[in-house]
Amino acid sequence: MPLAYRNVSELSAAAALLSAQSGARLLGGGTLLVRRVNEGDTSIDTYVRLRDPKLLLLDAGGETVRLGSGVTMSRIAREPALTFLAPVARAIGGPAVRSAATVGGNLFAPSPYGDFGVALLALDAVISVEGTGGASELPAEAFFAARDNLAAGSIVTAVTFHRPPDGAFRYLKVSRVKPKGAAVVSIAAMVNRASGTVTEARIALGAMAKTPIRSHGAENALTGAALTAESIERAARIAPEETSPATDAIASGWYRKTVLPVHLRRLLLDMLA
Amino acid sequence: MTKVPVQLTLNGEERAEFTDSGTTLLRLLRDKMGDLTPKGGCLQGTCGTCTVLIDGEPRLACVTLAEDCADKAVETVAGLSGDGGLHPLQQAFLDNFAAQCGFCTPGMLMAAKALLDVNPRPDRADVVEALSGNICRCTGYEPIIQAVLSASRGNAPRAVSGERT
Repeated sequence: MPLAYRNVSELSAAAALLSAQSGARLLGGGTLLVRRVNEGDTSIDTYVRLRDPKLLLLDAGGETVRLGSGVTMSRIAREPALTFLAPVARAIGGPAVRSAATVGGNLFAPSPYGDFGVALLALDAVISVEGTGGASELPAEAFFAARDNLAAGSIVTAVTFHRPPDGAFRYLKVSRVKPKGAAVVSIAAMVNRASGTVTEARIALGAMAKTPIRSHGAENALTGAALTAESIERAARIAPEETSPATDAIASGWYRKTVLPVHLRRLLLDMLA
Repeated sequence: MTKVPVQLTLNGEERAEFTDSGTTLLRLLRDKMGDLTPKGGCLQGTCGTCTVLIDGEPRLACVTLAEDCADKAVETVAGLSGDGGLHPLQQAFLDNFAAQCGFCTPGMLMAAKALLDVNPRPDRADVVEALSGNICRCTGYEPIIQAVLSASRGNAPRAVSGERT
């Protein structure tokens, strides 16, 4: 059955369509949404294409980075001012997926997908959401907690975060098929240090719950002391607690919990080197 | 049933067709425009055999909507061989036995073209990365990787082995 395709230029018109029709979905790159339709999801009857130039904005010149929700992974991967994010963008799909897949779409990707959102969580990005109920700015952690219950007609327009200090941000995706494969687990870590002491740590985990999650236990194990093999060991041991990874075709939940400490330890030890 | 007009450039030629609203680029190309070179494999954006170039970028025609391609330039394998001769990539695939059943070949060729268009002298890792979204169940990939490297060097391996005698 043909689906309706609605081309709109105003965000308010897109929000109105999305809230009025339960079968309407905002179209990003199509790699998740059109796939669902191809797989036979009949709950979707209308594609909404929002052609608002602000969704394509990429402002990476200063200390604050702002990415419109329609910015693609391939654009991020080749952006000279975003080299720290290039490994994240390149970890998503193959080249043909990356030239379509968007920042906004990735935030809604079902686990084990959604690796870019893991990085945004570690960067403590603010997610800008607009819709029929007005505009709101949600910290990434609050956004993911609310993601599956957002009001109909909510549209992610942009993500904003501070550029991390050199070497403070690390990202690791563990997959069985290389260089392209869905995550067994993905980890993003942001560790700020002042005169050797960890002042702030954010550890974000992908494929370890329904949405990307923070490991506050691991963060607390690192914060307030020097980053050492011992503190890293404590963080790695505590990280699997409060995770609820799925068992899927990529890995069992047990396996994900079991290997998470190994990979988190490697990522953090790499920061010491 | 809503029919919508879609106008685009296919391999350098202006084309316009009426198609069902919400249809994919793959269906438009195959069913309406008669270009059977992009194949429908998984229809999930996973296998890569529907890879085409849209404004020079590799895209998966099975998860791309036809209406999103309005006024864009689409390239497929059908446009590779000009004047009846094979494109250097096609010749390299032939010379390196890079096609067995051939089902992945159109996607492999277009993914490889996307690479060589921006990086004419890639190294092996670049080629592996460029082909990472394309699945081949016959060759084990190595002949395909060698074909792309061979095309990028501008010489076919047979000529090299011929020189040995």
